[in-house]
Amino acid sequence: MKFYRINALLIRHMYLFKRSFPRIMDIVYWPVMDILVWGFLSLYIDKLHIAGFNAITVLLGAVVFWDFLNQSQKSVSIAFLEEIWEKNLLNIFVTPLRLSEFLGATVLVGVVRIFLVGVVLTSLSYLFYHFNLFTLGFYLIPFILSLFLFGWSLGIFTNAIILRFGTSAQILAFGFIILIQPFSAVFYPVSALPPGLQVVAQLLPSTYVFEGMRSVLSTGSLPTELLVGAFATNAVYLVLTLWFFARMFSYVKREGKLLKLEG
Amino acid sequence: MSAIIEVDNLVKEFGSVRAVDGLFFRVEEGTITGLLGPNGAGKTTTIQMLLDLITPTSGTIRIFGKEYASDREAILQQLNFSSPYVSLPGNLTVYENLLTFGRLYGVKELRKKIDELVDFFEIRDFLKKMTYNLSTGQLTRLNLTKALLNDPKLLLLDEPTASLDPDIADRTRQLLMRIQKERGVTILYTSHNMEEVEEICDKVIFIQHGKFKDEGVPAELVKKYGHEDLNDVFLHIARQT
Repeated sequence: MKFYRINALLIRHMYLFKRSFPRIMDIVYWPVMDILVWGFLSLYIDKLHIAGFNAITVLLGAVVFWDFLNQSQKSVSIAFLEEIWEKNLLNIFVTPLRLSEFLGATVLVGVVRIFLVGVVLTSLSYLFYHFNLFTLGFYLIPFILSLFLFGWSLGIFTNAIILRFGTSAQILAFGFIILIQPFSAVFYPVSALPPGLQVVAQLLPSTYVFEGMRSVLSTGSLPTELLVGAFATNAVYLVLTLWFFARMFSYVKREGKLLKLEG
Repeated sequence: MSAIIEVDNLVKEFGSVRAVDGLFFRVEEGTITGLLGPNGAGKTTTIQMLLDLITPTSGTIRIFGKEYASDREAILQQLNFSSPYVSLPGNLTVYENLLTFGRLYGVKELRKKIDELVDFFEIRDFLKKMTYNLSTGQLTRLNLTKALLNDPKLLLLDEPTASLDPDIADRTRQLLMRIQKERGVTILYTSHNMEEVEEICDKVIFIQHGKFKDEGVPAELVKKYGHEDLNDVFLHIARQT
């Protein structure tokens, strides 16, 4: 892997952000709306004085974490779609750029995007609702890392589907993650799900993160098995999606569809 | 002269369609070679296989004596491509596009390199323009500038003068001949303009139905087929069954 090639694509995406107000809006608009809606809901639920349930920390924590996951997936997919929309795949793949470097660049674009979202979300949730994400302390690092990894896997997976089926599948870049949400125990514990769906929930790294977050917020400690579960499932998804993407890339090259994606 | 491109028994099948059928040819170092054939002859598929954008069904492609399976990076580092049908990202300025592609090739002293090429192709006046605002002629010059950023030994040009007015097309041809002469770049060139091909190509290769049909120096082919010009030779070969 050559970092200068990854850097070239990263800077290319930064040029777009520099002058595109809608792109910046896309990063902050949805998270801000989420924070407002869920923040007011949390304030309302808090007034109901439900014993043992701190709505602001649990719900806002969940919203912030969900947006990290959402942005992580979306950024990888949109960085890929940008190349398709601009009919740039041919240009970049006739350079010595490797597939791994291409994916690495989309991931780095995601890191920048998530950093921006993180700053906006943590600031707003503290300013409006006095919710301090950093009360999660050290656990923030493995939680966020785990959400990043899962988001990247989902992003790479949707990109592989777009490679295979063309731009008619691009809606997945924006909607696929919603499929994961009901089973990830974002706003409620896994135990709230029917038994069959609890099994599905256990297969998702995000479930371990959201369960872990609630555990840290309520007890101040994190059961080790939740961390292990998050990283173990992440490792499996990452390997599988990278393999799947590489296979789909070979497929489109074999079928001569790489450039037809841009039509 | 040694061969820069060696294509042997190249086959590309898309389902039941054989787009390229046992094609073979050589492109010699330091020449401008025309790859000619009617629509659907397999030129684009062949060019895309030469660029590793399509994987051949069978056969071999050697560029600089190397194969993509083992030396993809080394091959693409010394090769570039330009086509009026492939535009650079419109939402970047001309200069940003050149910086991006220069960085992808790891060009040393990139800004100096761009400066030199910008003068060569006379594009300095619109460096700050958004690429989507360029005229067809300006885009062609930008594509060619991009194609020379990495000092390629081999340039694949797909109809570089298509959609250009006669004046800009002529200037582009002069530029290409100058590039070839001054930099010793080997050029593989596709075009449907036989007058242009006669003017700039040292050699032409005719393909039809994905197969090699004939090759030679344009003037010699005209003589061999007993026609007046290369356009008639093209028609002769294209209408063979």
